[in-house]
Amino acid sequence: MTDKPLTTDPFYPRDRNWHPPALTPGYKTSVSRSPRLPLVALPQSLSDVTGPVFGHDMLGPLDNDLVRNYAGPGQSAIGERIIVHGRVLDENGRGVPGVLVEVWQANAGGRYRHKKDGYLAPLDPNFGGCGRMITDAEGGYEFRTVKPGPYPWPNGPNEWRPSHIHFSVFGHGFAQRLISQMYFEGDPLIPRCPIVRTIPDPAAIDQLVARLDMNRTVPMDALAYRFDIVLRGRRSTMFENRPEGN
Amino acid sequence: MANEPRYLKETPSQTAGPYVHIGCVPSFAGITGVYPEDPGARMVDDSTRGERITIVGQVIDATGTPLRDALVEIWQADAEGLYPSPAEPRGTADPHFTGWGRQPTDAETGLFRFDTIRPGRVPWPDGRLQAPHVNFWIVARGINIGLSTRMYFPDEPAANADDPVLNMIEQESRRETLVARRDGEVFRFDIRLQGERETVFFDI
Ligand SMILES: [Fe+2]
Repeated sequence: MTDKPLTTDPFYPRDRNWHPPALTPGYKTSVSRSPRLPLVALPQSLSDVTGPVFGHDMLGPLDNDLVRNYAGPGQSAIGERIIVHGRVLDENGRGVPGVLVEVWQANAGGRYRHKKDGYLAPLDPNFGGCGRMITDAEGGYEFRTVKPGPYPWPNGPNEWRPSHIHFSVFGHGFAQRLISQMYFEGDPLIPRCPIVRTIPDPAAIDQLVARLDMNRTVPMDALAYRFDIVLRGRRSTMFENRPEGN
Repeated sequence: MANEPRYLKETPSQTAGPYVHIGCVPSFAGITGVYPEDPGARMVDDSTRGERITIVGQVIDATGTPLRDALVEIWQADAEGLYPSPAEPRGTADPHFTGWGRQPTDAETGLFRFDTIRPGRVPWPDGRLQAPHVNFWIVARGINIGLSTRMYFPDEPAANADDPVLNMIEQESRRETLVARRDGEVFRFDIRLQGERETVFFDI
């Protein structure tokens, strides 16, 4: 494919009331790390609508299999085996191909493989906690993992994060860059979580909750959850082709 | 109504948290053997055209403390001012330059470091040239939505004075928060999240 994306049109403005504000005192660390002066509104230029290309050739065969990608030979991670899948769409509802999706998470006991995590739940020697994929022509992605456990954190005297998977999403333009977290349908910790509650609108919170997807389960093997991600879209009538490589 | 466009809402942001390294720079987190290298670790190779530069800096909180758990990404044009992107309409950028860098701040010093090249000038939508600049995006624990800013060069006073973006910043005294300092061999660019000399962040 040599077709270039046909547009350098700007992305739709970000709805800053849908996203969490910078200062959210219920999430204490935000107090000293939040800018206090208003953001300066900037019209988009090439600096914002362009972005690097991620080719499928950068991926290894186990990059989207967290059950196996850190495990010893013949081993696999401990925990509830799940498939997480969905589509990356733009605000117009079109699938976005060629998006780099990176995920990270705690193990089934709620412990991260990270030197800053001192939670008493044990590490799983066969679980690293990272995975990545690039969306297909329809914007689809899929990975296999174990369901992460909830974990306590020192925001208040007894605060627990709901089970969650962190997502980093890199679309076609640097202005689309997004990091978020995915939660699991039915988790009673979701509405109690100060990080979830940085988002003002319940409908926006609901957008981060993955749904159990029985149609995609693998019988006798893994449950499945569906999680669609929406990136900023742009006003453009032309269809974009996303070539691989520069 | 038929063909009525149905708009979706952008997925809301959540903080990258303290363990962002696991997913974005796993080797830095000590997780080796999963990916060959951390994405965005190398921007240049031996054949990249242009003046080699190094950018270092810290992301500093309201108490003056550097963040030791932040992740910084940059995106910039090549030496000719072309972005290595299929959305670049003016030509093909240097194939030996990625344009995109990703680095964690050091767990002890809080310093980030990018080895790159000096970018060329990129046009503004009306055709004027922007001053050479590097686009920054910062995430960390305590940052609810990634922060966008830009770094400019201290040895480009004429271009900076005419730059459409710098001129959009109403308080002139704040413009200098986006201009790096020459510090010996490197450009030093500190990002102040809050307080005196708070860095200008953009809603792009
Ligand atoms: Fe987490």
